[in-house]
Amino acid sequence: MPEANLAGAALPFLSTRGLTKRFPGVVATNGIDLDIMPGEVHALLGENGAGKTTLISMLYGLLQPDEGEIRVAGSAMRIRDPRHAMELGLGLVAQHFHLARRHTVAENLALGQRGAPFWRPTLQLRAKAGEIAERYGLDVSMDARVSSLSPGEQQRIEILKALMQGAKLLILDEPTSVLTPQEADALFEVVERMRADDRAVVFISHKLNEVQRVADRITVLRAGSVVGRLVRGEADSSQLASLMVGRQVASPQRLGVVSKQEPLLVVNDLWLRGARGVDALRGTTFSVRPGEVIGIAGVAGNGQSELAQVLAGLARPTSGSVKLGGLELGRLTPREVRAAGVAYIPEDRRTEGVVGAMSVMENLVLRQVRDPGFARGVLIDWRKAEEFAAKAVKEFDIRTPSLRTEARTLSGGNVQKIVLARELSGKPRLVVASHPTYGLDIGSTNHTHELLLAQRGRGAAVVVISEDLDELIKLADRVLVMFGGRVVGSMPVAEAATDEGVQRLGLLMAGSLEA
Amino acid sequence: MEFELLTTTIARALAFGTPLLLAALGEIVAERSGVVNLGMEGMMMLGAVAGFIAAQATGALLLGLAAAVVAGMLAAALHACLSVTLASNQYVSGLAITIGGVGLANLIGRDWVGRRLAEPMGFVTVPVLSDIPIIGPALFVDQYPLTYAALIIAPLIWLFMFRTRPGLTVRTVGESPAAADTAGISVRRVRFMAVVFGGALAGLAGSYFSLAYRPSWGENITNGLGWIALGLAILALWHPMRAIPAALLFGAFFTLSFRLQGVLPPELLTVLPYLVTVLALTLIALRGGRGAVGAPEALGTPYRRGER
Amino acid sequence: MTRLRWVPRLAAPAWLLVAVSGGAFLAALLVALGLFALYGLDPLSAGATVVERTLMDKRGFGEVIRKSIPLLLAGAGMALALRARFWNIGAEGQILAGAIAATAVALFVPLGWYTIPALYLAGFVAAGLYGLVPAYLKARLGVNEIITTLMFNYVAIYVVRWLINGPWRGRSLTGFSYTDRFDRATYLPLWEGTRVHIPTLVIGVAAALLITWLLRHTRLGFSIRVMGDGPDAARYAGIKLLPTTLALAALAAGVAGVAGAGEVAGIHHRLIEPTSVSMGYGYTAILVALLARRKAWATLITAPLLGWVFAAGDVIKVSLQLPFQITDVIIGVTLLLLVAAEPLLSYRPVWQRRGGSEDAPTTPETQTRPEVGS
Repeated sequence: MPEANLAGAALPFLSTRGLTKRFPGVVATNGIDLDIMPGEVHALLGENGAGKTTLISMLYGLLQPDEGEIRVAGSAMRIRDPRHAMELGLGLVAQHFHLARRHTVAENLALGQRGAPFWRPTLQLRAKAGEIAERYGLDVSMDARVSSLSPGEQQRIEILKALMQGAKLLILDEPTSVLTPQEADALFEVVERMRADDRAVVFISHKLNEVQRVADRITVLRAGSVVGRLVRGEADSSQLASLMVGRQVASPQRLGVVSKQEPLLVVNDLWLRGARGVDALRGTTFSVRPGEVIGIAGVAGNGQSELAQVLAGLARPTSGSVKLGGLELGRLTPREVRAAGVAYIPEDRRTEGVVGAMSVMENLVLRQVRDPGFARGVLIDWRKAEEFAAKAVKEFDIRTPSLRTEARTLSGGNVQKIVLARELSGKPRLVVASHPTYGLDIGSTNHTHELLLAQRGRGAAVVVISEDLDELIKLADRVLVMFGGRVVGSMPVAEAATDEGVQRLGLLMAGSLEA
Repeated sequence: MEFELLTTTIARALAFGTPLLLAALGEIVAERSGVVNLGMEGMMMLGAVAGFIAAQATGALLLGLAAAVVAGMLAAALHACLSVTLASNQYVSGLAITIGGVGLANLIGRDWVGRRLAEPMGFVTVPVLSDIPIIGPALFVDQYPLTYAALIIAPLIWLFMFRTRPGLTVRTVGESPAAADTAGISVRRVRFMAVVFGGALAGLAGSYFSLAYRPSWGENITNGLGWIALGLAILALWHPMRAIPAALLFGAFFTLSFRLQGVLPPELLTVLPYLVTVLALTLIALRGGRGAVGAPEALGTPYRRGER
Repeated sequence: MTRLRWVPRLAAPAWLLVAVSGGAFLAALLVALGLFALYGLDPLSAGATVVERTLMDKRGFGEVIRKSIPLLLAGAGMALALRARFWNIGAEGQILAGAIAATAVALFVPLGWYTIPALYLAGFVAAGLYGLVPAYLKARLGVNEIITTLMFNYVAIYVVRWLINGPWRGRSLTGFSYTDRFDRATYLPLWEGTRVHIPTLVIGVAAALLITWLLRHTRLGFSIRVMGDGPDAARYAGIKLLPTTLALAALAAGVAGVAGAGEVAGIHHRLIEPTSVSMGYGYTAILVALLARRKAWATLITAPLLGWVFAAGDVIKVSLQLPFQITDVIIGVTLLLLVAAEPLLSYRPVWQRRGGSEDAPTTPETQTRPEVGS
């Protein structure tokens, strides 16, 4: 195993200096220096938004850096596109697989092969593929249709594909997010063999135990910059977690309210089979009291979106129960859930929360316009709707040229205000807010926070899902952490606001602890 | 003597089914690459009229066939420009080509209505094979060369699609353009070529009417068979070899509708291809359409990189 | 160095929509003039003849209106269907279904004061039911409605042919097949001196207005618009997809059926060869709806435009001795141009200086319009 050091004798296979990428309004990566040595397993640790995805997109030719340089095997390169990256020996196994589902494994492998023969391309391939699969312990069946394979098996094909294309450096983006624990073990085996074969692996993850298990060196990213470089053995979980999550922004000490009432929302052992056949929720359990704000922290992809969908009535759980004041919500339609007093502020406000092509007024009454309050029989009473809308615009300070303006032309903050106005005006008993301030400016963010806290003041139960710990600490009475489809820990906000608390949260978010 | 009904039915079914087969093969290739081509009927008409005029003017049948193929390809190129290059609505584009193409073909052919082709395509009888009892007269006696051409093209397309690398590329573009794009394949270029190839076969299918079957020019000479070809592609589950028995089946519907006129209303049988298509689509949908059977996944969706 | 980039639009401005529709239509007319020239005619004088015979002359103008009637009905129905992104290509067959039902009433139901309303009602109901099947398959199983409605067109054609050659064959002695002539009591009142069957025209105008009203003021209309404009939000908004789809398909198809009833009761007075009952009205209705940008009230403008094209075709055939098919070419070219102009409506050109930072997938955060009070 090669000795890992930054100014080592061996030449890095891939290195970056000062790699910077900006998007309108945000600096995605800020002057990143990175060295990947041949035959090392290098972990990139960080939360979503830390810049990992942008970084590897640049390495793989999907994006061009604004500043900085990339060197491959010593020579400065401009990586034009993925094809070019492949030629240079870089391979990527992304979170979403690029496999043709109805083709067989062999056909998918043949697809990217340069030099594959014209006639019966899959035939010749088998020998080569079999040999590589054997060497790295990738167990695949050549003639199986991809659609019949589990995500773990599909991932193996992606890895095999990259190896067959001669990848000397393989980037694995959050690879265990779709794997069972056993499959994850098998994956680490493969990574071991690759290291033994002098191939480099860049392993992107937010899970501490994996990173510590498999990496030779760890680079921690936060908010687009490198905040830590560690070597295997040097890395202590708490240290890593702190680096990843960062110190919390100074905020006034909040003493969360500890309500003495009976829980209003009781979620018990919720299981949900997700889109790719993997269980997205694996026994989620928690409860919320009236007048309490629960903040759900965690890196995206650990079941939070699915939980929100179940609470809103958009997804039916495979098993388990969701009770609001004793009423079972699990089998109800979105309309019934709403009628039961649940307000839902969706993650995707522009496509799910509003209908872009419809007017502000129509969006303000989107969910309730066909209900008896606004409709008389088959007809809609637009006068009532307009009254309501005018009031809502005033009350919630929605900036729009007119009530008839199309919602899609408004700024994100105003679109969110529409959603909030609509959802909160019905005096809900439970408010579910999924990433409510994602992409909003400071003013809109603060306004949203005020509104949510006001709901708490009214005695509603509020569930806020967010990746922004600072936001959760500001809003919540209690902070829960979701990891792997379950709630793995919780703490009162007073604790979460301390350094030790943040550290513990980080560990929970990274799957290192179970409370 | 009972055999005679059988053999002539099969022979006529084969004859009727030829243009259906050709057009359906073209549609299959286009749809396998992910592009729906509703312009089949228009391309067939344009091929028919181009072929007729070319053959009549020059007296050379081969030139007529070539002209038909070119005409189909040009119309298909227009469809491809709109639906692939500009990524516009494939369905409307195809419809427009059918409406405009049929009109244009009728327009151009107006002066030639009723004229018989001077040197039409003659029948061919395959030696040796035609002597086989029953099968011989059914399949190998007195068919047009175009029929045999179609029967050869089908397996060739199958070989191409399923045994060669470029064929794999075409299929992938239709199933998962994102996977193809990642592998460095130009989705646009492949789709464009597939559509144009489909147009070539459509033109050839049209020429069957004006150069062989009738062989004269008349208004709406293809008589809506382009739509049936669309249904045929679906019934064949987008598989070139299955298109042959499907074409025979539809062809049989047609010929039987004539023969059994005394007994059954002809419309009863001629309507079957359309109903069968709807039935096939329903069954495919019931099966979930996700297994080995079903339309190419990306069929009908224009591909824009970055949209998933 | 600057280069041209295409940036996704938020919403296409109204003037552009009108310009594209108008431009496509006018360009197609120019193509027609070109065809005149190719046939050796002076395009301007030929064009003038057409205009004169179709717009200046009472009978000619009547023909324009007459042809507009089925286009208006089917077009308004199509606009409704398109608002929900339901591509109903089956108007042709639905018109025939309506014609069949109206014929049944005319031939077999004892005559009375109720006959004419019954004709229309039968047409509406029959066509509405006919349109339900593809709608159900789409809503329940996801079967592509374009293919199914297309196939159903031909099923209808063959059913009509079967009827006029078989069970409903009339006692005529000419070689053609059609049913017996309807009784005089079923004849629709006409506009004096023309073949415009007034009640159908009135129903057509009413239908276009009603559909517009439906979309704006009823719960069903709201659901339809959400389905079409915001499919991701539809479930969240509580819309039930199956009943909504069925209702809109039945309406869209039913209106087309009324057109069919009008054609047989107002013009032909018998059930005849299907392609003479509906000579492409169903397909052209798609163009009527697209040109009208899926707004039902705008079909009141686009239907007469295309009705004029159809009427012009007759004049072209009779007065100019040119093939009627020029109309098909005009319609085809207009559709093609509309399709070709689609990208213009989704993207707008932006001159950008080289070296500027790439656009992230543009969030409207970066494209705000100035708003009141901000």
